[in-house]
Amino acid sequence: MKVLGLDSSGLVASVAIVEDDNLLAEYTVNYKKTHSQTLLPMLDEISRMIQLDLDTVDAIAVAAGPGSFTGLRIGSATAKGLGLALKKPMIPVPTLDALAYNIYDSQALICPIMDARRNQVYTAVYTCRQGRLCNEMKACAMGIRDLLEKLNELGRPAVFLGDGVCVYRDVILENAGIEVSFAPAHVNKQRASSVAALGLTYLQEGRQVTAADFRPDYLRKSQAEREREEKEKS
Amino acid sequence: MNKENVTILAIESSCDETAAAVVRNGREVLSNVISSQIELHKLYGGVVPEIASRKHIEKINQVIESALEDAKMTLEEMDAIAVTYGPGLVGALLVGVAEAKAIAYAGKKPLVGVHHIEGHVAANYLEHPDLEPPYLCLVVSGGHTHLVIVKDYSEFEILGRTRDDAAGEAYDKVARSIGLGYPGGPKIDRLSKEGNPTAIPFPKAKVADSPYDFSFSGLKSAVLNYLNHEKMQNHEINAADVAASFQKAVVDVLVDHTMLAAKDYGIRKVAMAGGVASNSALRQAMREACEKRGYTLYHPSPIFCTDNAAMIGSAAYYEYCKGTRHGWDLNAIPNLKLGERG
Repeated sequence: MKVLGLDSSGLVASVAIVEDDNLLAEYTVNYKKTHSQTLLPMLDEISRMIQLDLDTVDAIAVAAGPGSFTGLRIGSATAKGLGLALKKPMIPVPTLDALAYNIYDSQALICPIMDARRNQVYTAVYTCRQGRLCNEMKACAMGIRDLLEKLNELGRPAVFLGDGVCVYRDVILENAGIEVSFAPAHVNKQRASSVAALGLTYLQEGRQVTAADFRPDYLRKSQAEREREEKEKS
Repeated sequence: MNKENVTILAIESSCDETAAAVVRNGREVLSNVISSQIELHKLYGGVVPEIASRKHIEKINQVIESALEDAKMTLEEMDAIAVTYGPGLVGALLVGVAEAKAIAYAGKKPLVGVHHIEGHVAANYLEHPDLEPPYLCLVVSGGHTHLVIVKDYSEFEILGRTRDDAAGEAYDKVARSIGLGYPGGPKIDRLSKEGNPTAIPFPKAKVADSPYDFSFSGLKSAVLNYLNHEKMQNHEINAADVAASFQKAVVDVLVDHTMLAAKDYGIRKVAMAGGVASNSALRQAMREACEKRGYTLYHPSPIFCTDNAAMIGSAAYYEYCKGTRHGWDLNAIPNLKLGERG
């Protein structure tokens, strides 16, 4: 089976084609240009490079959130448009699942952290058992100190990755009561190959949706909604 | 230059309407689907960009699929995919732009980016087969107030624009101040019918040195000052009179400037476009002014005045015939200027 993966949830824009156990192509850019200008040209480039007939793709996997609201929507709308035109299903791959999948068969807890602003990170805690990701803590937005408290409770070594690392590295080193490590450059940010490879396993589990029904999961309400709810409460 | 049998799928998501349409040869609407979010934004007294963007992503595929279905056509039968790429809310625009690019790319169709205001102007072609440039067009909506000469299908000369608030924006603000809520335009229009338009002499702002420009913030302040003053005097406020007098002040300026431009430039065809072009007082005043001078007046039906994709499909046809094609790196341009090509 062949899966196209897209991730534009953070600063990285990434596209990849995975066929069964093979990564056929991947294009990852971590540069300030907007995803709106880069994502589709990148797909076009790798498609030409591997002479890909898009009709042969079985499904389109996309980083489904959390992440930058606008970034998520650029990836989502691109995937939805491709799904509509190609009449192919979509596979929502939670951004944190895909990030965690960058690390394989580790004995440590896998802890992706994405900078969520407002002194929070989007995070989840995983273990890898027999090659499968298992949630030790489900995805949420929380303060880095609350996360470290949780990890100290779990009391196992942890590997951190994601764009939250450069923001909170010192806080982590100072407050972690466990052995910590930080993933290296080639696997510490979003990779569409992870989205596509994990998406392929989700597809085998029947977790695909129609392109029309797909919507990102932001893990956070809009500011206007939050403010309105707070006002109603008081 | 015009081509026969060009069918375009058009997408519009610049503000709070998710819309798609299929249009043939720039004139014939085969389908026109609009999913409005207005009820949602009423809760907040105006359009919330993040909420609008989230709704667009939820609805866009259904809206496009309905547009194709209503037209009884498939994507394969389309000659091009068109999309609004500015001006508008950047997050909202990006949904339509990314979606349209992906559809065009995967469907192997040319992509044509369209200016939102040029779309509003082109809405006039959908119901007036006889209308051809050159003509004068007044574009009035919640975000825009422009007086332009349409020299050719995609060639515009801007004569006047607002220096501050758009006409529709002033409507929204005044409506809020007299407790009518959002959206202000239709509510003030309705209430005005029960009021006396000459009850309160609100100022008609002229902009020094530029006879075709508009300014509505002074008028808006005058209304707010009047309301405060009356409240302090414990006078009962007649909201219908306020609405009618405010509306008259807006309409008079819009009509006066349009008539002045028509006379100065010797143009006898006048068109209106944009959401405020369905305002009943503006239509009536413009009709009377044009009849008096023997000008022909064009305006779209209300459904084509509001944000819609059929108008984008019309404007896109003329761009397509001219050879305009956009690349896969097309970006949303929130402040795209009229006549500018991104």
